Amino acid sequence: MLPIPAIPKLNESARNLFYHVPMWYVMIVCFLISAIYALKFLRKNRYKDDIISLEFVNVGIVFGCLGMVTGMEWANIAWGAPWSNDPKQVGAALCLLTYFAYIVLRNSVKDPNKQARLSAVYNVFAFALLVPLLFIIPAHFKSLHPGTDSKPFEALYTQAAAFRKLSLPAMVGWILLGVWIFDLRYRTKKLQNPELFV
Amino acid sequence: MNMIRKIILAIAFLFYGIISNAQTADNVEMADILHQNGKIYLVVLVLVTIFAGIIFLLLRIEYKLNKLEKNERKKIEN
Repeated sequence: MLPIPAIPKLNESARNLFYHVPMWYVMIVCFLISAIYALKFLRKNRYKDDIISLEFVNVGIVFGCLGMVTGMEWANIAWGAPWSNDPKQVGAALCLLTYFAYIVLRNSVKDPNKQARLSAVYNVFAFALLVPLLFIIPAHFKSLHPGTDSKPFEALYTQAAAFRKLSLPAMVGWILLGVWIFDLRYRTKKLQNPELFV
Repeated sequence: MNMIRKIILAIAFLFYGIISNAQTADNVEMADILHQNGKIYLVVLVLVTIFAGIIFLLLRIEYKLNKLEKNERKKIEN
């Protein structure tokens, strides 16, 4: 373990920065790629793109839930309660609910063509909702989270150099892990329904 | 089933390393109830959560692959 700058109250738990925060970045990257492939599906109408879009949402949801649970564990000690209606907490929860709705919507339509088109359209709008929920709205409220007072990515620039040395590679590493898990799921799907991948 | 046993064994071995380390370091000042006030236990808790989540994800892929393998075997038999 590298030495880290001492921060009152957080103490060693500041190391969570390398685990809790990247979860959210993995989720955002997954949802972003998912929305891009949803658009691609709407343009070219290939089921392959739809499956990619779906699997990225699945992986993103799991990482989002992990980010939520780890955040609540951390908040329970650092802020005194697992849930304190912090704007970022609420935004993240709403964002996760939007994507839960994506899965529900998808599974409620039986016709495969309709299912793919409908969920692609919903996916694009869900991502359009994610941007204000996670970046714009929390930036306008006082938050318990650091670095949200004015700019969305401020926390990344203002953190101590010792943190940045580790938090940036950690972020890249976690994102690659997320993409790898997506790839495993995608290949499994390919074996399950080879007819969709012509 | 065989694969699941292997995974459980792998996890057991992972933790075996931690346990055996803890035993040799009995009298040395180390991980004293997870560093008492340093709040390092929070990091441990978070790591355990993430580890459990990722294992859960991998197990789901495992089940899917198992099903596929079974289907393949049936196809070959018929």
